Amino acid sequence: MPASSARTAALDGVRAALPVLLGVAPFGLIVGATAAATEIGGLVGFLSSPIVFAGAAQIATIQLVDQGSTALVVIATALVINSRHLMYSAGLAGAFGDFPLRWRLLLAYGLTDHLFVLASIRYERLIDPVGRRWYALGVALTLWIAWQAASAVGVLVGAAVPASWNLDFAVPLVFLGLMPGAVRDRPALAATLVAGATAVVAAPLAWNLGLVAATLAGVLTGVILDRGRP
Amino acid sequence: MTDLAIVVAIGVGTYGLRLSFIGALGTRPVPPAIERPLRFIAPAVLGALIAPALVRPEGVIDLGPGNLRLVAGGIAALVAWRTKNIAATTAAGLLALWLLDTAA
Repeated sequence: MPASSARTAALDGVRAALPVLLGVAPFGLIVGATAAATEIGGLVGFLSSPIVFAGAAQIATIQLVDQGSTALVVIATALVINSRHLMYSAGLAGAFGDFPLRWRLLLAYGLTDHLFVLASIRYERLIDPVGRRWYALGVALTLWIAWQAASAVGVLVGAAVPASWNLDFAVPLVFLGLMPGAVRDRPALAATLVAGATAVVAAPLAWNLGLVAATLAGVLTGVILDRGRP
Repeated sequence: MTDLAIVVAIGVGTYGLRLSFIGALGTRPVPPAIERPLRFIAPAVLGALIAPALVRPEGVIDLGPGNLRLVAGGIAALVAWRTKNIAATTAAGLLALWLLDTAA
């Protein structure tokens, strides 16, 4: 594959990630602002962005440290929240399988909710392995830079963003905008609806376990409805 | 344990979760029995991420018209369905919530 095609795929990934930043940036701002205002502080709070690179786990860490939880509880909670990455890793293992090891080591670090969904959508049509890895790198790098920048700005400007803007609402809205690309047929739609209903009911479960339980319920629904299809 | 050490431990553990299957599988093909369920992870996880944010914005289930995030999310869902555009969907939802908030 010529270099120009690799560049095309990478730019394709950057373009796909840009609208997603509407949700990533406000979430990063919230992480930075929350860290700066609490026990963990702006510096360690910001460093959690390159070190952990997972918003929900970072928020949970910031809150639990603020509540004076023991280190073991903080670490265990954050890792349970991030257990969904096991599913994402399984989901992309086949598509990443023929990448060189150093690419897999790098892209694993950049694996997020958004990269998983964008890659799952795009890989239905993108067969070439070189194009696939440059596409993933374009997405991951765009999201990574935006996340670091947004959490740094959040630390610096803190509570200056008016609450009336409801910027936190941008996070679910971006996922809503991703749905038409990811939900292509009836079994997939059923998976979405069952997972959504389960997540609403299971939301009180500790450690964000409702999210994993709901996803498993949705996948099971899709598989059952998909039986007998070619 | 310092706060930074806690963050580093979480970062290492999270990287392990992310690398797990991607690192272990290598060039071996994914068995079909595993591959079929995998295509439902993305639609399912999207439903699980969106629904509680719309239906339980304050922590309790609220399906009434007084739940402004549910109403604004419904408007955004229509825009998502018609435009298939992430930016338009997000802008419509934020604008709808701001207008509903201001009117309320």
